Amino acid sequence: MRTLNVGEVTEVIKEMCIEANHFLSEDMQCALQKAKDAEKAALGKQILEQLCENMEIAGKDMIPICQDTGMAVVFMEIGQDIHFEGGFVEDAVNEGVRQGYAEGFLRKSVVKDPILRENTQDNTPAIVHYSMIPGDKVKITVAPKGFGSENMSRVFMLKPADGIEGVKNAVLTAVKDAGPNACPPMVVGVGIGGTFEKCAFMAKKALTRSVGQYSEIPYVQELEKELLEKINRSGIGPGGLGGTTTALAVNINTYPTHIAGLPVAVNICCHVNRHVIRIL
Amino acid sequence: MDKHILVPFSENTAASLQAGDYVYLTGTIYTARDAAHKRMYEAWEKKEKLPLDMENNVIYYMGPSPARSGRPIGSAGPTTASRMDKYAPVLLDMGLKGMIGKGKRSEAVKEAIVRNGAVYFAAIGGAGALLSRAIISSEVIAYDDLGTEAIRRLEVKDFPVIVVMDAAGNDLYETAIRQYCQETALS
Repeated sequence: MRTLNVGEVTEVIKEMCIEANHFLSEDMQCALQKAKDAEKAALGKQILEQLCENMEIAGKDMIPICQDTGMAVVFMEIGQDIHFEGGFVEDAVNEGVRQGYAEGFLRKSVVKDPILRENTQDNTPAIVHYSMIPGDKVKITVAPKGFGSENMSRVFMLKPADGIEGVKNAVLTAVKDAGPNACPPMVVGVGIGGTFEKCAFMAKKALTRSVGQYSEIPYVQELEKELLEKINRSGIGPGGLGGTTTALAVNINTYPTHIAGLPVAVNICCHVNRHVIRIL
Repeated sequence: MDKHILVPFSENTAASLQAGDYVYLTGTIYTARDAAHKRMYEAWEKKEKLPLDMENNVIYYMGPSPARSGRPIGSAGPTTASRMDKYAPVLLDMGLKGMIGKGKRSEAVKEAIVRNGAVYFAAIGGAGALLSRAIISSEVIAYDDLGTEAIRRLEVKDFPVIVVMDAAGNDLYETAIRQYCQETALS
């Protein structure tokens, strides 16, 4: 049994919120650079150049990459041999978000109630997903999620008879409907199987997988590549203003499901696909 | 085609802009997003005066991140315009000449753009750090309690935008995508 003070959780979450909003992970930076070189449309290429310049300015001048610094999504993968002390873990997570968004000059984009819509002024509460893992470490992933793309995300409860073609159709429909609203080039997270909420969770988690790291399941990997190619032939392009770069990656997670169902969730993220991972 | 124009601008200037033009705006623009639009719309319903004269002005759909000291503004990119579709036609009928945002608009907005000789610009979504450099000053002029959603007056210099919908009714989102679409199933 290892004892961990929740103050450490607060401290790293604060740092991760600030880092995620100013620096994209290396895989995302590479993907954008590569896309810039490959883009065939003149305006599309110009937009991708500006997005690369935007990233440089963000890191150098410490201005958030995007003004929508997101709702903080936090994945807490907790080793079963850990004992927390010093307070409640979720309070510590929210305190980290509170401090990170204040000290990092990040936008406070959370409202207390979905209908009454009063801003909480500190970007809390975070969306916290807990899971248990073996061992005595905590793996923390902070993924601030912007809502331009979140609003374009979908869940489809398909029938088993719809099969893989139904899945492809669902993903392509969501991407096409998202179009310019989701700030393409986008990253597409897909969850297939499980239940209604499980597939949405998988789609969200898929967005935190590195661009260029494919599924280990052969048919899923093929599907990821095929869908990426199809999406990039849609013509939507950078900024939705036409071109050959509409998505940088399609990341798919799967899970067993019920004999009667084929749930599919498509979580769309813009090119500011932020995620920072730390292990405590 | 690259163009430099001053804001506010007249109907004549709007008429000279075509979907696909890359335009640099210099002058004064105003920010308003969801909550400010809702409040202005409610004021209009009650026949109250709006905090901002729409005539020949441009509204930027944007809520910035907080400014660090010594800077006029934080990150300042566009938000999705369609959420303002419910309110935009009324503002256009009051004389609003331009809107800056990102993403598709409704048919009602398109009709109001044509009816009033206005224009809808897209700024590059997710380029808030880069776009902040074209903003010289920022001042909250109304609805201060809305925080990032307050109405701000911005002085801009060579603020880069692309004409998506022009006064003649063209829509770049439709035409540009068609040009690069290689997938009939998606078109």
